[in-house]
Amino acid sequence: MTGATPAQLEPTPSPSSAPSSSGGSNETDRAPRHFLGVTGSQGGELRDLLRLSDRFGEVNRRPIPKVPALRGKTVVNMFFEDSTRTRLSFDTAARRLSADVVTFSAATSSLNKGESLRDTVETVESLGADAVVVRHSSSGVPWQIASWVKRTSVINAGDGWHEHPTQALLDCYTIARSSPVLAERFGPDSDAFDFEGLKVGIVGDISHSRVARSNVAAMTALGASVTLVGPPTLLPSCLDGWPVEVSNDLDGLIGDLDVCYLLRLQRERTTEALLPTLREYRALYGLSAKRADRLKDGAIVMHPGPANLGVEIDADVTRRPCSVISAQVTNGVSVRMAVLYYFLGSGVDLVN
Amino acid sequence: MSTSAAFGGETHWLGDVALRGGTVLDAGGSRKADVLVSDGSIVAVGDITDLMSRSAVVLDASGCVVAPGLVDLHTHMREPGYEDAETVQSAARAAALGGYSAVVAMPNTEPPADNASIVSHVRALGERSCVDVYPAGTITLGRAGRALAPMAEMAALGVRIFTDDGSGVQDARLMRRAMEYARALGVTVAEHCEDAAMSAGGHMHEGEWSSRLGIAGQPAEAEELMVMRDLALARMTGARLHLLHLSTAGSLAMVSAARRGGLDVTAEVAPHHFTLTDADVASYDPVFKVHPPLRSATDVAAVKSAVADGTVDAIATDHAPHARHAKEAPFDVAPPGMLGLETALGLALSELGLPVGAVLALMSWQPAAIAGIGATHGGPLKAGRPANLCVIDTEETWVVEPDRTASLSRNNPYKGRRLTGRVRHTVTRGEPVVVGGEAQR
Repeated sequence: MTGATPAQLEPTPSPSSAPSSSGGSNETDRAPRHFLGVTGSQGGELRDLLRLSDRFGEVNRRPIPKVPALRGKTVVNMFFEDSTRTRLSFDTAARRLSADVVTFSAATSSLNKGESLRDTVETVESLGADAVVVRHSSSGVPWQIASWVKRTSVINAGDGWHEHPTQALLDCYTIARSSPVLAERFGPDSDAFDFEGLKVGIVGDISHSRVARSNVAAMTALGASVTLVGPPTLLPSCLDGWPVEVSNDLDGLIGDLDVCYLLRLQRERTTEALLPTLREYRALYGLSAKRADRLKDGAIVMHPGPANLGVEIDADVTRRPCSVISAQVTNGVSVRMAVLYYFLGSGVDLVN
Repeated sequence: MSTSAAFGGETHWLGDVALRGGTVLDAGGSRKADVLVSDGSIVAVGDITDLMSRSAVVLDASGCVVAPGLVDLHTHMREPGYEDAETVQSAARAAALGGYSAVVAMPNTEPPADNASIVSHVRALGERSCVDVYPAGTITLGRAGRALAPMAEMAALGVRIFTDDGSGVQDARLMRRAMEYARALGVTVAEHCEDAAMSAGGHMHEGEWSSRLGIAGQPAEAEELMVMRDLALARMTGARLHLLHLSTAGSLAMVSAARRGGLDVTAEVAPHHFTLTDADVASYDPVFKVHPPLRSATDVAAVKSAVADGTVDAIATDHAPHARHAKEAPFDVAPPGMLGLETALGLALSELGLPVGAVLALMSWQPAAIAGIGATHGGPLKAGRPANLCVIDTEETWVVEPDRTASLSRNNPYKGRRLTGRVRHTVTRGEPVVVGGEAQR
């Protein structure tokens, strides 16, 4: 959808054709592959990663959920912005692949001593990182880092309001594994990952949401029909080129949705004159118990977490069977294992 | 020949320079003629063979246009305060390489040029440089937008342009008083049009690309609201108003309408606003971050047509150097601004589709008049005038290389762009400061 943005899913051999036993020495010479965003990706590329996630899901259900696929590889988590669940998820995923994991925290780094972002990144690369997992509050930072590194793969763990590609993948994976509509159509364990005709509503603060941008790209690439729902103050000022419908009326839409995806509402939006009060937001766009009663049979409720209970979603709704919020967290580990495996390109067979 | 002398507070070069074989082009038109310069002034235009001394420096102008030196209304020289990014000397050298013989130095230095002593300091630094440096003064003390700067003491030193450039004067009442005060001094108030509340938090043009890229936008209306206000205040006060770096279709339409209504207002545009768009930000390279931001393709087309139809009086660079490390930061953290002095003429000649004379009007004699320096810069080229000239090969094609610059900074967004039209020689105060495309000092 944004044709002029840099390469998103870099061309890569499919995982099934990855060499099964080549050593690491000559691999370090090739250009690194980056996972920066899903905007502009084709459905086929996403389906490769989703199918690979299935295989790691199987690994994660074993008594000892660990494989040697990334043994000897060093993954550096560079989290310039606070994050608990994404960092833990990447950390867990890398360890289950037997990678060495180093965590970099901006609070204790030289960035506070006047070092530039580029210097910091080049230092980490010089230490021998095979991949950096980057979270930053500024949009575009993973793209900048990818333009500076020579050997290290860059994995985007969320940049500003722009992209959060692994979140989008885990959300799509969760839809595929949890939606009764899809299960009825393709069977419960289908690897079709075909969302044609699926109606998704993404509700809330679209404008400031990397989750929304990546999910619009990934879900529509897989065939879903996406409607963005929110007040005009929380929608992007210009939606030219976005493959979506837009609505300001959740009540008019809710009975049609197969997936109701609530975004986290940052409380400071009320002080930026984007909303009068949180109470009024809840009244118009919150998934209250009463409003959730109007969801149709087979609809699922999603949230990227952490939820503001009583604002965008009621606690009662998160505990209903239609809520797949905890499945999203579980699936996140499998999806991130797939991403690290796919882009780090270890030669060791993944199931051993 | 290369000795220099201080004379009446001004330094000029003692010696003869002969520009031979070119076509002289100034506001009066064009003619094949040689130009002889001696002791800082033009002594003959035409056949100079019998007038040349044996010691004259001869500059080959064959196939070239010999024009009045260019005048930039909008240069950030960064000194005092930001000498890691640029100095008066380095900016002046870049200016000379770009064909300029005079620049107006923006006052948003540290400390800002909001009083006579900083103005004197910048002017003194400029006297030793390879172009004439005309400091602008601030409108408000410390550019803080709260109280008027002592404009009269700066005007007494020769300051003719006052601006808080970098930000607009937000308080309408204060701007009214500034214009009233300026009118009595006979000076020009120049505004950076940006309603700060509307643009707050923004880092690029608000539109299709800001929405896609997840970067907070600055709407065109942030500029247009202040253009609208300042045109009203100029009408109210009778002050001379100059609008800096206009970038939107709406702003230019308002200027055009105000001009038709008889208002004494002038406007400049920067080369990046007719050569780059907000789509260039898709790389997230902060070299494309600038204020006002790169706008939509529609705005770029409007800027070009406003340049062609005379709505725009001047092309000004907004040359804004930033140290390399400052631009190796996240897009929303990096400072706005891009280099411009060495590429402005090539971009204007390559991208506007205008006759050379029209481009020179926008870059030499019209800005000289706005800056109040028409007696010294901007031609015409005739005997008795100060020798401030440039020689332009309008056919030469070259590729922009950011590392080939006299600037101390590298924030040039035109890497790899092919341009047609290049400065061959520049003569300032009679001294050949650029010869064959190379700075002489």
